[in-house]
This record gives sequence, structure tokens and C-alpha cells, in this order.
Amino acid sequence: MNRSIALVDCNNFYVSCERVFNPKLKNKPVVVLSNNDGCAVARSEEVKALGVEMGEPWFQFKDLVKKYNIITCSSNYALYADMSDRVMNILSEFSSNQEIYSIDECFLDLTDFCKDGLTDYAQKIRGCIQQQTGLPVCIGIGTSKTLAKLANHIAKKNSLFQGICNFNAMTVQEQNKWLHKIKVGEIWGIGKQLAPKLRQIGIYNVSDLKHADPEILSLQFSVSLKRTVYELNNIACFELEETTTPKKQIIFSRSFSVLITDFKNLEQSVTLYVSRAAEKLRRQKSYTGSIHIYIRTSPFNKKESCYANSVTIPLPEQTDNTLILIRFASFGLRKIYRSGYKYQKAGVLLSKIVSGKEYQPDLFSKKRVQGKSDSLMIVLDQINTLMGKKMLTVAAEGITQPWKMRQSNRSPGYTTNWNDLIVVNRSI
Amino acid sequence: MPDIIKTHGGRRPGAGRKPGNNMAQPTTVIRVPVNTVKTIKNFVSTLTREHVLQAHAGFSDLIQFVRAKRHIVFPLYTSKVAAGFPSPADDHVEQRLNPSDYLVENDTATFFVRVKGDSMIEAGIFDNDVLVIDRSRTQQTGDIVLAMLDGEFTVKILGQSKKGVNLIPANRNYSVIEIKKEQSLEIWGVVTGSMRKFK
Repeated sequence: MNRSIALVDCNNFYVSCERVFNPKLKNKPVVVLSNNDGCAVARSEEVKALGVEMGEPWFQFKDLVKKYNIITCSSNYALYADMSDRVMNILSEFSSNQEIYSIDECFLDLTDFCKDGLTDYAQKIRGCIQQQTGLPVCIGIGTSKTLAKLANHIAKKNSLFQGICNFNAMTVQEQNKWLHKIKVGEIWGIGKQLAPKLRQIGIYNVSDLKHADPEILSLQFSVSLKRTVYELNNIACFELEETTTPKKQIIFSRSFSVLITDFKNLEQSVTLYVSRAAEKLRRQKSYTGSIHIYIRTSPFNKKESCYANSVTIPLPEQTDNTLILIRFASFGLRKIYRSGYKYQKAGVLLSKIVSGKEYQPDLFSKKRVQGKSDSLMIVLDQINTLMGKKMLTVAAEGITQPWKMRQSNRSPGYTTNWNDLIVVNRSI
Repeated sequence: MPDIIKTHGGRRPGAGRKPGNNMAQPTTVIRVPVNTVKTIKNFVSTLTREHVLQAHAGFSDLIQFVRAKRHIVFPLYTSKVAAGFPSPADDHVEQRLNPSDYLVENDTATFFVRVKGDSMIEAGIFDNDVLVIDRSRTQQTGDIVLAMLDGEFTVKILGQSKKGVNLIPANRNYSVIEIKKEQSLEIWGVVTGSMRKFK
């Protein structure tokens, strides 16, 4: 029996969130910038039409900002996370089988719902989210996750669908007509490297790939490409992953508001990033076995001399302890730091992460029980949860943090802070 | 005869091999910090008392004893037994009242806003009150609503006249806002409650 899998995707999610609470942004070109106001991470339709690309650095389109009065917002992740939570909550009422794929995307298995009325059902989902959160969404339906993704893509680009594209209600000819129009690079899981290679062997659009021989592709490329071909031919190969598996890697990286040259400030920033990463690690009750530090100068500044380096330190013992991680991070940073460069970004990556259950104490370690330092971490997390983020920090993070993120246009925490509520009736 | 303390010759108390030493091998004196002497003596005498370490037993026995003491712990019971009278209220425990439950019906669709001004005082909405907005409700005429009028948020009563939809303040000093054709009006949500703190 053919499945009915839906992909619900919020349109221009960050921009839409800002617009819900700030009506002045409606029908105006709006762009949301990444942390530190570096790159465009969300664009309203108006901004897309002006040719600003996803991920484009701000300084590259700042002339457009002036010329067309583009409104730039700093990212307000507390708001986006809360709105995402609301959307996912509403969706969970429409199907018991749900995979939260990203902050603004969610797969739903709708196989058990009436086949004929599926488009109406999807329209109901869309209306419900629009009413309860004010966020516009598009829904794509297909027999596999790959097709659901493509259907969603079509629904987004073609307003005649009114936000819902249901492949399962189309004839094969109709479906192929649409698939013919989409470039192969748009397919879920086909990246920038694979697309040109496929073009070389004559596969340009989705329809071409759908009718290609999966076995030959499997030999020539990979098994996952073979699966994609199956998925395009209505054979679902990827199941919905309902449980949120703990992350196998935790990354925390930011660019600085001002360029850093001295070791002290660089060490402070890395210490802060390690602290944040370790917090995430403890929140998912895991331990890390390896820490990776990297630093780099700006890749865009051609006048200054460039330097980038990284170091991976395998830890003698798996840990979730900020203080231990900081010690190793600082040791690693000392190894890769070179004076005389203007550093623009640093990052920390924790890998070889195991969950609490899989934690293996070191055979030769003296440590057998929870030490004082681990208890300290528990207290640290408790205090920060209770009294607000960053209430208690490691002193090595520095106090003034002159390099800290720039967020000049961040909207208030409308849904997360009593002091930031929308004010009404001020003028009328 | 009084004891005469001799400094030369004869018997000196405390000198020579200590009595009661029945060790089968030569012995040695060890130096320990003065303040630990008592602890060590207590420890050794406890061992002896428990017949684990005979006075003549060797060092390896001591190790074994320490290990056994540390690792083997037999629980007396597998579950706790409370000795007191069981609480008669145990079967009747319920969740303590939470103001959120009283004010919020649909959590995912509920938002809060703060009021400024006095245009709604006759409806019991005062300056600085926090209003509960439920977006999942469909507005009806007569509801207090959060409206977005030409890009401004305002809380008023949703009205209907011959001219069309209007927004009615709850204060005689304010006039009814008739919505003109060129104006944009969106009902953002229905006001379902309010909160106020006195202190």
C-alpha cells in the first residue's frame, strides 16, 4: 500500500516569526541576520526577489539594504524556538507519527487518513497553524519523504497550489510534468558536489533521475542515491524518525564583533564556547570523548594575512565537565595560536559523544565516583536554570567580553520574557 | 622502701624487648604522626576484636579485610519500610492549583500582552494589566479582541454597525473606531483573561 507522507514547512520561518509580533514588517522587504549580524539566514519573498542569496554576508548586499529600505533583524532564537515548539505541538495533534526534522520542518505520516480527503486535511492543518500561531506554512504530500520534500518545494514556488501540493492526488503524467521542471540539485540529499556529476551523465532534472537505473547508480555513486531513486518511484526507504536521538556532535562557533589579536581574549571566547557546548552536552545527559578547537581570520578580508588552524584532542576519559574541557581547550588553543593575526571566528566541536548509559569509566583512572567538580556542574546548571542564563559562569570566560556577539536589531522576547510583552493601546 | 631513680646501671623501665610479643618474625618500629596514633590503635584493636586479624596475622590478611569491608554490602531489606502511621491523605494527593491552568485553556495558542492607557477601564482592563490572548478562538461580535489596525496593536470590543465592523472602547471618553475601507484590520486573537499584581 502506498504511503502518504507529508512535509510541513514554515515559509521564511524567522521572518514570519518577526512579522507575527511586528505588523510594521508586513509586505516589506525583511531579512534576518545570523548571529553576530553576519549573514542572511532568512529572507522575506520581497528580499528573495531582490536577489539576496541565502547565507550571503551582510556587507555584500548592504547597498541593496540602503536602496530598497530592507529591514534587517538580528536573530532572536528564543522567539523562534518558542514558535517552533507551538507549531510542532499543533502538528502532533494531526498525526501520531511525527518527525521534527528541523526548527521549521516536520514530517507527518498521514497514511491512515482518508485518501480522498487528504488535500482537505492538509488544508485544515495549514489553517490551524495559521490561526493559532500566525505563521504561514506549505505542505507537500508524497509516498516517500523525498517526494514529500519535492511536493513541498512545488507548493512553495507555485501560488496556485494554495500552499498544498499533493502528489498522491495527481496522475503519473501530471506528477512527471512537475518533476521534469525541477533541477536534480533540489532533491533532498543531493548536494552541490553530486549534482554536477549527475549532469555529466545526462541526469538534469528529477524526472531523469526517477527513470534512471538505481543499480547502476548505486555502483557508480552510493547506496543512498539508489534509495533516493526508489523513493522517487513510490517506494519509501526512509522511515520517520520519531525519537529525537541525542546529538553525536555538538558545535558551538561564533564570529566576533571585533577582530581579536591577543591570546587572552581568544582564550576567553573559546572558554565561553566550551561552556555553552558542555551545557548542551549535560542537557542531553551525554559525555564527550574528543574536543576540537578551531580559529580563523576573516576569509573575506584580502588585505590582511590569513590564518586558520584547528586541533583535535582525544580526551583520556569521557567527560561532561566544563572545567576539565576548558583545561584541554586552553591547551589546544595554545598549540594553534599564532600571534600577529586578526582572528575573526573561533569554534568548539565536541565529538565521540556517548549517552550516559554508554559511559565507560577509564580502567586506570582513579576516579570512580562523582567528584566535587561534577557536583559543581550540577549546581551550576541548576542555578542557571533557576536564576537565568549565564548567572553563574567560569571566570575564564572573561567579564567584559569585548568580542561578544553583535545583535544590534534583535526583537524583544515577546513570548519568553514578562518585560518584553507587546504593549497595546498606547496610542489608540 | 621509696623508689630511687637510678641514672646508672640496674633495671630501666621500658627498656628492652617489649613483653607479649609473640610474632613469629622480627619486628620493626614505625613512625606515625602523633595525632593518628589513637586512630591506628583503635583500628587494630577493632580488627583483633572481630577475630579477623589475629595478632600474629600477616599484612595480606589486613588487605583482604579492608577489601571485604569496602565491597560486600548486603542490604537488609529490598524495599524501605516506613515505621510510622501511613498518611491518610496519600490516596487523595492532587496537583496544587496553578494560576496558569485557570487562565490558559490552549497553551500553544496563548500569548500575553501588556496594556497601556485607560481606553478599556469600564471592561475592567487597566493600565499595566497583562492580558491573555487565545488565538485558537474564533472571534464573535461583542468579544474583547486584540486587533491590528493599520499596523498598530489595540485591544477593543469587536462591534458591528450598519457601516460595517467597528472597534468599541470601554471608556465614555473615547469614541468608537469605525473601520474605513482603506484601513487594514486583522483580528490577532481573542482576549480571554487578564492578570494584575498589586505589589
